[in-house]
Amino acid sequence: MIPELGQFALILAMLLAALQAFFGILGPALKRDRWMAAVTPAVSGQVVMVATSMACLVASFVANDFSVAYVAENSNSALPLFYRVAAVWGSHSGSLILWIFLLACWSLAAAIGISRLPKPFASRVLGVLGLISFGFLLYTLATSNPFLRLDPPWPDGEDLNPILQDPGLAGHPPILYTGYVGLAVAFAFAGAAMLEGRLDRDWARWTRPWTTAAWAFLTCGIALGSWWAYYTLGWGGFWFWDPVENASFMPWLMATALIHSLAVTEKRGLFKSWTLLLAVLAFSLSLVGTFLVRSGVLVSVHSFAASPTRGMFILAFLIVMIGGALALYAWRAPLLKSEAGFELTARESFLLFNNILLVTACATVFAGTMAPLISSALNLGKLSVGPPYFNPTFLLSMLPLLALLSVGIHARWKRGNLSDRARPLALTLMAAAVIGCGVVFGLFTGGRVLSPVGIALGVWIILSSLLDPIDRLRRHITIPRAVLGMTLAHIGLGIFVISITSVEAFTAERDVALGQGSTAQLGAYEFRFEGIQPIEGPNYSGVGGTVIVTRHGAPVAVMHPEKREYWVQHTVTTASSIKMYYTTNILVALGQDLGDGHWSLRLQVRPLVAFIWLAAFIMATGGMLAISDRRYRLARAEAAAVSPVVAVTRGEA
Amino acid sequence: MSRARFIIPLAVFALLVVVLGIGIKQSPDKDLIPSPLIGKPAPDFSLPSLTDPSQRVSSAQLRGHWYLFNVWGTWCGSCRMEHDMLLKIKESGVIPLVGLDWKDDRSDALSFLKDAGDPYQSIAVDHDGSEAIMWGVYGAPETFLVNPQGIVVYKFIGPITDQAWQEQFLPRLPLSAPPSTASSS
Repeated sequence: MIPELGQFALILAMLLAALQAFFGILGPALKRDRWMAAVTPAVSGQVVMVATSMACLVASFVANDFSVAYVAENSNSALPLFYRVAAVWGSHSGSLILWIFLLACWSLAAAIGISRLPKPFASRVLGVLGLISFGFLLYTLATSNPFLRLDPPWPDGEDLNPILQDPGLAGHPPILYTGYVGLAVAFAFAGAAMLEGRLDRDWARWTRPWTTAAWAFLTCGIALGSWWAYYTLGWGGFWFWDPVENASFMPWLMATALIHSLAVTEKRGLFKSWTLLLAVLAFSLSLVGTFLVRSGVLVSVHSFAASPTRGMFILAFLIVMIGGALALYAWRAPLLKSEAGFELTARESFLLFNNILLVTACATVFAGTMAPLISSALNLGKLSVGPPYFNPTFLLSMLPLLALLSVGIHARWKRGNLSDRARPLALTLMAAAVIGCGVVFGLFTGGRVLSPVGIALGVWIILSSLLDPIDRLRRHITIPRAVLGMTLAHIGLGIFVISITSVEAFTAERDVALGQGSTAQLGAYEFRFEGIQPIEGPNYSGVGGTVIVTRHGAPVAVMHPEKREYWVQHTVTTASSIKMYYTTNILVALGQDLGDGHWSLRLQVRPLVAFIWLAAFIMATGGMLAISDRRYRLARAEAAAVSPVVAVTRGEA
Repeated sequence: MSRARFIIPLAVFALLVVVLGIGIKQSPDKDLIPSPLIGKPAPDFSLPSLTDPSQRVSSAQLRGHWYLFNVWGTWCGSCRMEHDMLLKIKESGVIPLVGLDWKDDRSDALSFLKDAGDPYQSIAVDHDGSEAIMWGVYGAPETFLVNPQGIVVYKFIGPITDQAWQEQFLPRLPLSAPPSTASSS
């Protein structure tokens, strides 16, 4: 009964999304006020229906209803309640429901947030969002319905993939998807502006907070995924440049470029068509990414597992949404005129370089991700693309970006004159260079050629970002939250650069075979293996080892790495043990039983690795702080005062 | 001209669609996605044996020998196509085959091997496909060449052909076994 209710709600949601798209886009085009008035109720109705459907799927999981195929394939009666809920998005169909649910939430937030903007514009935004929802609902119902029944029902389920049974991964998809889907709002704003054929500085101010919010979620989502990979995959890596990671990273790079280009459009009325294009591309990449991850175009190429219909449906959807938006762009963008020019050393130039470099970085990642597919489609043979390609090409655009950042934040709008900042900038650069070389050559020995450069760039970004806030504090000028947010995000980036450089340069690792009581040395640390005990979890059993870590004889940590065997799937997973010792992460992963009480163990010491994720959260916090700036709330109040007039004048036109 | 540059994104996207379209159409060319596992240790596994569920097949037992890790299932037509080639490889004695019976029914698998012959030294059971995830399997059949250190040397997607065996697998093996024994048909 409950699954049928869920499916019924999903069908109703699809019909409401169709109405939302129809009234939202055609209402303003045909100037029908009553059509436009129907858009918001359609959004509310769609949200209620999607939430009902999601609740039904959750209920089926909680109640262990193994007559539902999706539940039977992804859950088990021994699975703890927390993971039974998280199992909803553990596989393809359910993750689509989560996607749709989050899109509905964003649509509702947008409907509330833009209710005071000019009516035709607001309904166009919601209309475009309706179109996206409709596409996803149709796709889900036609090819990936999670409510299909089994007859007869299975006695018990096949369990959730054990590597997904982890708190980090339970939270990773919802947060990452919130970011992915949030970019749909920026896309819808761009779509509405193009349908209207008008884009002014107000548009940029309305779009900015939505974009920044989506970007902040995306940042957290990617960081969570990387953290999960670090501690569950058992070998201590945190970024592999695989297609799935790239799929989430490319929209992030685009969204970062978009945030900066929106600033120029808002402040100076420039880069209009460029900003539009970035808004379209950011969401387009997140659409491509979502599909690559779960049912993916890449997977459909090997049409053994996924059906070709699924792949074709995805392609058709991409053509309608992305192709439609880009065609609209080709038609409308030439009409947009820039309002003014700027000098070479003005802030606009720096942000232009920022955009060029970020888009170049994104393009190189895209090329690397798609190259195997393209070369095979054109019969050019096989191609393997991995870190040897990604690392250097990515650095090539990132290094100048990081160097320009420290200078660029001090440049003024319109007229370029950096002379009053030249002294502090030079001083901070020197300090950063000294610290960079000092850390690499003094504190540690060795490192790589780029290590002092990386640390110096990171330090310079932090010091340079602090100049302006310190100056304002000294002169008792209040710092707007937008500036504070920007500063925080840039400091986060600086910390990120420092920590990733340090991890790349100073990681030490060893694979050792140890018997009970024997020890292994890694750097200054000594690891003593104390033996193995059996362990028992709710749906797994296994062995846990004890390893005592000391540094020059002083105790550092007691580690308990585990090897778990999940009963239902007979899958062995490695739960590595990770302890922070000051700023250094120590990781011990249990390998195989080598017989005679000997076990293989992986030992790893990674300085500052935890700061990579901390830095991502600092960046995201900066974004959220910027959104709370007074300006955006004022913008809404102003729009409230203005909108009736605009509505009337547009009605007459 | 000034208008033309705004069409560039659309044109690029159209190209991308063509590539994706060809990709979907062109399913026979399966050797598309290079495995991230190549050059890295093969996943540790310890799975029940198909022939005797009380026994286990584990990566630890396989250390010190070259082996082919072949992902198959009775539901997979291409795997049945490949089967004769696998038997020839077994006959050649060049390298042992370890099977991963993927998302399969045990009795189907056993009766298929009884009828068609069993090319495998041992067969691990991956009933729900989670082990295949660890190996990054996109679709059966897929075959991994693993060296004595447990490092994945090569991954082949799709049914192994005589030609692939000659040109891809044998040159990667250090053994001096005559290739003709496996390929003569």
